[in-house]
Amino acid sequence: MALLEVRDLKVEFRRRGEEPVRAVDGVSFDVQPGQTVGLVGESGCGKSVTALTIMGLLPKRGPHVSGSARFDATELLSLSDRQMRDRRGRDLGMVFQDPLSSLNPVVPIGLQVTEVLERHRGMSRRQATVEAADLLDKVGIPDPRRRLDEYPHQLSGGMRQRALIAIALACRPRLLIADEPTTALDVTIQAQILALLANLVRDTETALIMITHDLGVVAGLCDEVNVLYAGRVVERAKRHDLFAIPRHPYTHGLLSSIPRLDAPRGDRLSPITGSVADNIPWTTGCAFAPRCPNALDVCVEVTPEMTDDVGVPDNRSLRCHNPVERAKRDGEALV
Amino acid sequence: MTARTDKIDKLAQHTARSDAGVSLAAAAWRRLRRNPVFLLGAAIVVAFVVLALLAPLLAPHDPAEPMLGDQVVRARNEIPPSQPGHPLGGDQVGRDLLSRLLVGAQQTLLVGVLATLIGLAGGLVLGTLAGALSGWVDTVVMRVVDVMLSIPGLLLAVSIGSLFAQPNQYTVILAVAIVQIPVFARLLRGSMLAQRHSDHVLAARALGVRERAIVFRHMLPNSLGPVIVQATLVLAIAIIEAAGLSFLGLGNPDDRLPEWGQMLGQAQNVIDSHPELAFWPAGCIVVVALGFTLVGESLREALDPKSRR
Ligand SMILES: Nc1ncnc2c1ncn2[C@@H]1O[C@H](COP(=O)(O)OP(=O)(O)O)[C@@H](O)[C@H]1O
Ligand SMILES: [Mg+2]
Repeated sequence: MALLEVRDLKVEFRRRGEEPVRAVDGVSFDVQPGQTVGLVGESGCGKSVTALTIMGLLPKRGPHVSGSARFDATELLSLSDRQMRDRRGRDLGMVFQDPLSSLNPVVPIGLQVTEVLERHRGMSRRQATVEAADLLDKVGIPDPRRRLDEYPHQLSGGMRQRALIAIALACRPRLLIADEPTTALDVTIQAQILALLANLVRDTETALIMITHDLGVVAGLCDEVNVLYAGRVVERAKRHDLFAIPRHPYTHGLLSSIPRLDAPRGDRLSPITGSVADNIPWTTGCAFAPRCPNALDVCVEVTPEMTDDVGVPDNRSLRCHNPVERAKRDGEALV
Repeated sequence: MTARTDKIDKLAQHTARSDAGVSLAAAAWRRLRRNPVFLLGAAIVVAFVVLALLAPLLAPHDPAEPMLGDQVVRARNEIPPSQPGHPLGGDQVGRDLLSRLLVGAQQTLLVGVLATLIGLAGGLVLGTLAGALSGWVDTVVMRVVDVMLSIPGLLLAVSIGSLFAQPNQYTVILAVAIVQIPVFARLLRGSMLAQRHSDHVLAARALGVRERAIVFRHMLPNSLGPVIVQATLVLAIAIIEAAGLSFLGLGNPDDRLPEWGQMLGQAQNVIDSHPELAFWPAGCIVVVALGFTLVGESLREALDPKSRR
């Protein structure tokens, strides 16, 4: 059974005097124990809101949530505030995008680690301090004992993100959600942090939801990938399959807009035209249709459903009337 | 009223966006050290505090002892002029003016600091309550605070001061302190609300940290910047308002313990013939208030994220 089952999750922000915003519009996906699942899509497509909903961290007033998010057979969306608080940090962990602002600036790093250990694992301050140094050591922070007394601004960006990962994993959660954990970091540091995450989740058998707008991140890390567009999953596939044969025109567009070292000289990058500003809701037709090179008449009339993709051999799903043909991409015959 | 509350809220927003408290303080200090406005204010404040603390040792004479002139001179209402041993001369009853000014500094410091501390303590409690428990507690506290803020500070202080049957220096302190409570409360609530939506509070929530720890370990310590700045400015205000109350006769009736506002009030009767008796205490009040204001304003500027590179 899946560790996390998200079904038809919808989140709508309603503000007085404003049009409601559908941030998440029926997202469904599973995470198996120990599995790393990617949530990929351009900014504004609802990735962070999905994560915050699972964590029960949406603001109290404003959002309307429907659907289901079952963690280990417990419906998270119907837990009380207190029950949810007991699970956060212990069963469910989260790492945010900006490591500097995610740390309390006036509290030493050590206290921020021991805070969780005392809270969830009932340790004394002394035990927690020993464990904290151990945790910092595990995430590759040199001289951890001295670091415990330092303040966030005394650490480099990469060290801060390592510290945050240590804090999030301190109570060995079964599911970790990382929301663009490397976006605020230098490129060289990004690779280190991703490698660290990959090793940690493998060693501790933690399931990981990797949220990113960067397919490069997905390529190195994820077992399965969900591509999100305008609050819905439009394509789901194993990592290798997705990169080998992107089926949704949006995924195809994302992949062709990444510069590749192995591309023939003179090949042009083909970015997806338009932007999130052109996004339309999933009411009639496909939300991607206005930006889609493959759009047909049916695409603006009938909203596509998520179905098993029969055009390719592997077990994958797709929400598209006119997917990119495999033949078009690599010249092979259709299966 | 709205101008005043708006100003408080803006102040709360400003410093609340601090991204790293400790480095922020270090950076602010680096900038302050080179700021002539701050250095001038700090010089005044330090000089005032040192003189006030050492006043009993420095004062050449007993401030309560009429020692200049004789019965006849005093009966004619003459003011003893400057003379050897008494550089500023005497007051209406022949007490050494310099000694009275020095000991008066001590009283002024005491009143200013105590009034500010009490106002700060009250404001911290109310502001933390309102900022931590939103909902009806917040609504009630902020209604009261806004009503109090809608009354000009000095007027409110005078009204509170006149409620006491027997005014003394502690009723002055209390009256001035109560007026400052709503300023601190609103300021603290504003920056606590900004902290509530900060990334590090969200991150703490994501760890299941309990609400009490969120408030006292994450929100409150990060909200204190603007409050500390305000406390410096309030010291100046408290000194002026306390002097105002004493001037109006709502202060300590016993004039053997000198206080600048009270000295100013007593100099009124002879202001035509001897303006210098009013000039000295008034000048002291203005300079000291200016000193605290310069320090407070340059602190605020140094902590304002917009002025940072
Ligand atoms: N608190 C909020 N109030 C109103 N709208 C919100 C709020 N949070 C997010 N949104 C909207 O929800 C949509 C999805 O946001 P988000 O999940 O943050 O995107 P991303 O995929 O970049 O993480 C955006 O259109 C955003 O404007
Ligand atoms: Mg996001």
